[in-house]
Amino acid sequence: MKKETWKELTIGTINLDAGNSVKNLTGTWRSGHKPEFIADNCIQCFFCWLYCPHFAILVEDEEVIGINYDYCTGCGMCAEECPSKEKSIVMVKEEIKLAEGGTT
Amino acid sequence: MSTLKTLNGNQTIAEAVRQIDPDVLAAYPITPSTAIVETIAKFKADGLITGEFVCPESEHSAMSVCIGSASAGGRVMTATASQGLALMWEMLYIAAGLRLPIIAAIVNRSLSAPINIHGDHSDTMGARDAGWIQIYSENCQEAYDNFIQAFRIAEHLDVRTPTLVGLDGFIISHSMEVIQVEDDQIVKEFVGEYQPVYPLLDTSRKFTVGPIDFTDYYFEHKRNQIEGIENAPPVIEQVGKEFGEKFGRAYGFFEEYRMDDAETCIVVMSSAAGTCKDAIDELREEGKRIGLLKPRVFRPFPDKKIAEALKNMNAVAVLDRCSSPGAFGAPLFTEIRNALYDYDQRPKVVNYVYGLGGRDIRVEHFKEVAEELDKIAGTGKVEKIYSYVNLRE
Repeated sequence: MKKETWKELTIGTINLDAGNSVKNLTGTWRSGHKPEFIADNCIQCFFCWLYCPHFAILVEDEEVIGINYDYCTGCGMCAEECPSKEKSIVMVKEEIKLAEGGTT
Repeated sequence: MSTLKTLNGNQTIAEAVRQIDPDVLAAYPITPSTAIVETIAKFKADGLITGEFVCPESEHSAMSVCIGSASAGGRVMTATASQGLALMWEMLYIAAGLRLPIIAAIVNRSLSAPINIHGDHSDTMGARDAGWIQIYSENCQEAYDNFIQAFRIAEHLDVRTPTLVGLDGFIISHSMEVIQVEDDQIVKEFVGEYQPVYPLLDTSRKFTVGPIDFTDYYFEHKRNQIEGIENAPPVIEQVGKEFGEKFGRAYGFFEEYRMDDAETCIVVMSSAAGTCKDAIDELREEGKRIGLLKPRVFRPFPDKKIAEALKNMNAVAVLDRCSSPGAFGAPLFTEIRNALYDYDQRPKVVNYVYGLGGRDIRVEHFKEVAEELDKIAGTGKVEKIYSYVNLRE
């Protein structure tokens, strides 16, 4: 993606492309751990969805169905907060790789 | 028709505020600028202004209110001094970075410690890299005139940069002067309608104000910001000229007083320049060829223009009303000496710090400086580059 020169930018840091943070794939920030969703244990309490700082919990038909790894930073809050008897989100090791299209 | 009124510096600013009637006035009172805020509050209570008057819990919040209101699309102003400006610090940079043409009247006062309520330039000089345009005033009339012009300069579409107008604490803020107050309607017309750029209240467009930049965009946005203040000189010149045509008092980047055949020169800003003029008059009567250069615009610094005005002098003394501990000279001195560096023929330049915490500088002190300049011009030698005026040593 071509980046603007200083002359091409809008005055005062105004960003006319509002909502462009979807292009910022924060999933590239994960460094070795990712949450894994275990559907059979899930009680649909939505704690993970509530606590996730990156809106990376996938919901379909009002049910938690998994994790969006494009944006999940692997912070582990969902796994920490998960109250089900047998955890329905656990942190697992993953190989570090940079996703394409991340800005930083 | 303009009318003559007896007002002090704070009242002249309040008078200009009443005439311009900005959309939002957010300020927290602090000596010696309190009377500005107090008078504006009274104007609001008396129904003389329509703008929103907000008195938040601190100066940091006052500048935050200004930033929010200006982003929303309003013409916005504040007034403060000293610790108040210091408390606004981080928000000053944000106002400049967002290119919001906020206007601030700063009643120049020293910074603690020790605590002191009197005039010096430590507050605004400390903020010299915050990205604001800085204009300084010699007396009440100039404070009034500069404040009115500040709106035109800051709001110009090529500039869009917050602007502060400095007036010396007590010496100007609390001294009564007979000044020419212009007609309300003519001042309003001179300042003109405010044109917001990307106002947040315009819900027909979607955009983000104040987003985060990573390493890939911050630098470009900062360079984009610098362009605003670099575009200011022709606007400052034009507005000063137009002001002269309309009201009979023209303004430039600095004032030259008895500089025509001068061989030495004293550079000093704000109220002390008035005292310096008396000293120059007396020295001229004694046959000394000395002049005064009084900078008005400190940011953007008119380096070439000042250097051209000073290059043929034998010796120049730059007087700063603030110190810059550990630096090679105080701010005005370093700018001026730096501006002269590229000239093959250039004067010897020395620096004096004066008037900290409101310490008097009188005619005899300027004469002492002039005597030293004579010595330097005569011998071509500088004994001390950096010294103090009227300090017990």
